[in-house]
Amino acid sequence: MSVTASALGRPTPVERSPGYWAGVVRRLRRDPVAMVALAIIVVLVLLAIFAPWVAPNDPYRSSMIRRLRPIGTPGFPLGTDELGRDMLSRLIFGARLSLLMGVTPVFVAFFVGSFIGITAGYLGGKVNTVLMRTIDVFFAFPSVLLAIALSGALGAGIFNGLLSLSIVFIPPIARIAESVTTAVRKIDYVEAARASGASAMTIIRVHVLGNVLGPIFVYATGLISVSLILASGLSFLGLGVKPPEPEWGLMLNTLRNAIYVQPWVAALPGVMIFITSISFNLLSDGLRSAMDIKA
Amino acid sequence: MAAREGRPDMLAYLLRRVVLTLPIMLGVSLVCFALVHVAPGDPLISVLPPDATAELRGQIAAMYGFDRPYPEQFLRWLTRAAVGDFGTSIATSRPVAGEIWKAFGNTLMLAVLATIIGFVLGSLFGFVAGYFRDSWIDKLASFVSVTGVSVPHYWLGMVLVIVFSVQLGWLPATGAGPGGSAAWQWDWTHVRHLILPAVTMSVIPMGIIARTVRALVADILSQEFISGLKAKGLMERGVFRHVVKNAAPTALAVMGLQLGYLLGGSILIETVFSWPGTGFLLGQAIFQRDMPLLQGTILVLALFFVVLNLIVDLSQAALDPRVQRS
Repeated sequence: MSVTASALGRPTPVERSPGYWAGVVRRLRRDPVAMVALAIIVVLVLLAIFAPWVAPNDPYRSSMIRRLRPIGTPGFPLGTDELGRDMLSRLIFGARLSLLMGVTPVFVAFFVGSFIGITAGYLGGKVNTVLMRTIDVFFAFPSVLLAIALSGALGAGIFNGLLSLSIVFIPPIARIAESVTTAVRKIDYVEAARASGASAMTIIRVHVLGNVLGPIFVYATGLISVSLILASGLSFLGLGVKPPEPEWGLMLNTLRNAIYVQPWVAALPGVMIFITSISFNLLSDGLRSAMDIKA
Repeated sequence: MAAREGRPDMLAYLLRRVVLTLPIMLGVSLVCFALVHVAPGDPLISVLPPDATAELRGQIAAMYGFDRPYPEQFLRWLTRAAVGDFGTSIATSRPVAGEIWKAFGNTLMLAVLATIIGFVLGSLFGFVAGYFRDSWIDKLASFVSVTGVSVPHYWLGMVLVIVFSVQLGWLPATGAGPGGSAAWQWDWTHVRHLILPAVTMSVIPMGIIARTVRALVADILSQEFISGLKAKGLMERGVFRHVVKNAAPTALAVMGLQLGYLLGGSILIETVFSWPGTGFLLGQAIFQRDMPLLQGTILVLALFFVVLNLIVDLSQAALDPRVQRS
């Protein structure tokens, strides 16, 4: 009797069979598009980390006599910006803030949103109603509008930008976490685990997280590209990052008037945003099919 | 019998959805209202002279109602907003409502055109990709759609301006044409100004609709009833008709939601093209710290989005009774 109870009390882990993640990695490695995307992201991250060693010039040093030089100028391979600063160095340094501003909100929203969603889904009842109806209100805003309204009200700055974007991405993640958790809670073996005395923490850790984290993780990787575009968009509007920091969206903003003088130099920061965003999208797509998650 | 049961079901669903929307709308208004109070700094900073006395500040605050307790301010603001009165702009001293409606019309024009272009191209790419799954056409169409969702559209707008305005000189770079938006007419001198912003904006729904349609078509084609129809000797054209009929409701729903996203997210594109819409107005409100204008614009855009969502849901349910049960 006690033997059966303890056997049930220690529920068999539902983390998919040990070979699951190995299988995901194997499938992902056979996906050439996802691998190229991953390679690009790794290069960008390395550039951001080692920017002071890689960049040929000081990204802040301006010069009134060499403003807006074209691409291919000796010493300035990608030209100079409206204050005569080296474009190549600023694009390399720009990877730091642009990646930080794009990835951090999704990271924060992943934890906060999962926490809210799992709590609401697991506890159900009134807690669920209060949490999820609040989430619904924020979900009712178009994401770009909410991001701009929040950071517009809070004012420019890196922290306010990060805060606004995190708030924008919490509702969709919380919703997915809540619906998966509610579904998992009703599965027979979870009921059995509860009936045999498994604690709430054990059930959440073993059964809920094992089933919930995969779908949320894939969804969150898909959000990174949206977040990158939005974060740079905030800086492009003059919210987000402030001058003279090198950030791709802000660089696009300050170079806007230069499109009549050096159009292709002015367009360069956008190329970086585009490459980064499409790489994250392609990697996320690859991950989705490697993990065999639909929708 | 079944038909008679169907009607009250639909009516009950409709009522339930409408009633569920009301608290959301109230919550949305509360967020819009609260935005002003999370904002740092004095909301009257732009109207007060730098040497204003505390007495003058108090008078002006009373004029805008800023001296009342928050719940009272919220109720007053909400009851007035319900009848279309959003207060007076702090920066221009004009009624906010008039400014918003003028701008809303311009943004709607832009967003509707962009949605139509995006829907036509997106459906085309998505359909071809789903129909010839895993062929080179599919790869190309999928690449186009992933590009559409990955491209920073404000940058795409800049690039289009560089190519078509700066280098080729074919289309104007900014504005809404001679006389501004007040003198808008559907003639070439004005419509020219609409082309670049609309094409730029259409890239977002195009990518998303292409992805949706591709998945839908591939899914429908893999279902048994299609093989059944083919086995019965249905021609390719007949199969095509069935696929379109099954994919259309979802594709149209996605299109409806996209229109809402574009309306709410038009600020970046309107900034690039100086298009006199709600996004442009929002930018003005933010940088002049014009709180009544900011509140009003966000409220109108967010409520429009909520209502659009409701309409999409209800028409989905009308087209496909299975939706009501879920």
